[in-house]
Amino acid sequence: MSDTLTPVLTDTWDAEQGWKLATYAARGGYDALDAAFAMSPDDVITAVKDSGLRGRGGAGFPTGMKWSFIPQDNPKPKYLVVNADESEPGTCKDIPLMMGNPHVLVEGVIISSYAIRANKAFIYIRGEVVHVIRRVQAAVAEAYAAGHLGKDIHGSGYDLDVVVHAGAGAYICGEETALLEGLEGRRGQPRLRPPFPAVAGLYASPTVINNVESIASVPAIVKKGAAWFASMGTEKSKGHGIFSLSGHVQKPGQYEAPLGITLRELLDLAGGIREGHQLKFWTPGGSSTPLLTADHLDVPLDFEGVGGVGSMLGTRALQLFDETVCVVRAVLRWTEFYKHESCGKCTPCREGTWWLVQALTRLENGQGSEADLDQLLDQCDNILGRSFCALGDGATSPVSSSIQHFRDEYLAHLSHGGCPFDPAKSTAWAGQEVSA
Amino acid sequence: MSTPPLDDKTVGELREIAARYPEARSGLLPMLHLVQSVQGRITPEGIEACAAILDISPAEVNGVATFYTMYKKHGVGDFHVGVCTNTLCAVMGGDEIFARLKDHLEIGNDEVAVQRQGDSRTVSLEHIECNAACDYAPVVMVNWEFMDNQTPESAVQMVEALRAGHDVSSTRGPKLCTWREAERVLAGFPDGRVDEGPTAGEASLVGLRIARERGWTAPDAVTTPAVEAEKKAEGEA
Repeated sequence: MSDTLTPVLTDTWDAEQGWKLATYAARGGYDALDAAFAMSPDDVITAVKDSGLRGRGGAGFPTGMKWSFIPQDNPKPKYLVVNADESEPGTCKDIPLMMGNPHVLVEGVIISSYAIRANKAFIYIRGEVVHVIRRVQAAVAEAYAAGHLGKDIHGSGYDLDVVVHAGAGAYICGEETALLEGLEGRRGQPRLRPPFPAVAGLYASPTVINNVESIASVPAIVKKGAAWFASMGTEKSKGHGIFSLSGHVQKPGQYEAPLGITLRELLDLAGGIREGHQLKFWTPGGSSTPLLTADHLDVPLDFEGVGGVGSMLGTRALQLFDETVCVVRAVLRWTEFYKHESCGKCTPCREGTWWLVQALTRLENGQGSEADLDQLLDQCDNILGRSFCALGDGATSPVSSSIQHFRDEYLAHLSHGGCPFDPAKSTAWAGQEVSA
Repeated sequence: MSTPPLDDKTVGELREIAARYPEARSGLLPMLHLVQSVQGRITPEGIEACAAILDISPAEVNGVATFYTMYKKHGVGDFHVGVCTNTLCAVMGGDEIFARLKDHLEIGNDEVAVQRQGDSRTVSLEHIECNAACDYAPVVMVNWEFMDNQTPESAVQMVEALRAGHDVSSTRGPKLCTWREAERVLAGFPDGRVDEGPTAGEASLVGLRIARERGWTAPDAVTTPAVEAEKKAEGEA
């Protein structure tokens, strides 16, 4: 039985100058490289498969299996691309990870590239985080200077070059094929699959795209063993993961724990919901994962547990809202976001998100009728599963789940002739103004 | 604001960016960041320069420049202030901060405030989407540096300090540079500010602090029962 919290990736965040190579190396950093080079690339893939590591970017696809899909008989170069475009509303784990411990990502990139036999890797970081980009740029430069990157790394005969690439503001580029379009210097519009990136990705070459936290988990797996990683977590959701608590909670922040921890346990550590208030609704893994309520405090936060109650583990972005928050306002704002970020390629998503905003705006203003709720659900039906990528699917999650759990609150807007909530009561300083 | 021409040095740097990639066109996003760092926005001259280097049409470059929200067709201030108004930050007070700043600066979304007599710097304002700092809500970004846990009052004081030309530092990053200087970093030319600011902000550390207090750690590789079992199995084999 593991401890309640298991700092691995966050373990160096309280170190002085944790972003420096010297700090990382003093704690055994880059030792995993030699362990990996002593193994064959296929054995590294097997170790990651055996660890049970599943993608930490939301979808939860087994990382080792993704790597094994790279056709090694394809004569084209292979590429590793790190998805560091963290933009899903509520998600805030990769940014502090790259800011505080960029070398664990770089070491993970080297081992992962070795495993899939790539000699060029890219770290695609969203552009809106300049200091994070500085830290990763510097980590890559330090790794080159120390001989961890470049030609004949550690005398292994293996060569790797890494490029740090800044995006330019587009949520859709967190979708892996849109990210590849951005990395090829084009508008970030998703590609139709198949072919999948493992077969025809960057420059139509075999490409693995992994989330920051997935790649950063690899060095410890190689160094401490697949069984060590698999000793944490639950049967089908192994290992440690960073849980990000935000909103109306006493101590918002990052909590690294074995998968399967519950919100009740996390809230206990975080001091509970803010004083004098109760949890109303929450997202388990970002705004694209259907809302849950106080009835779901004991759901194990692993892929199966959250899936079992009709939502998704996603990125473990736990946004917590108390009873002062109007769910219609919250859902309308998320929907405006999806409308803004829809790339425009597929009609159901482009037009559908626009219509969702119209209907939700009317309801938030107390206009329309109960029939509008059925129309909203009908619109969701016409978006879900009908586009190239999952952006549109994600847009329907808050709408349909909020109607499922809070239908009466939508109706209260109609009987009240507008929103019955006071947004001033939800702010971070609401309590302080009352006492002042 | 000044729009200096793209000189030979800049064109050389644009080529340098393109050369980082197996296929030159991959350099387009950072190249456009470099254009903005020199000219303060995406100019027709910048579009044509990128197109010429990459051997694609200006229309193709323009198509990319108009897709991404960080590229500006009109100028922004020396300090571009972005207030997160996605759901969580909005609820926590981002809506109030954005409203207060619009009122205080007398501008709307995506506009530059008038440079008053005595102001040494300009500011512009935009509402932005989730910037991955939800545990520090409500969040404001200035030139894409984190200004965590803001209030309407702190945000007004901050923009006034910026307009007056005072030094302002990110709450977990460096002293703020200008928007053009930040764009140069995004183009892949480091500015030497990497060692400013802490390893992590306070909210990033709450879980780790609890683990330290209670003596909680990840399991030790050697004493893990599963590993022991594996070793035993290997020994028997």
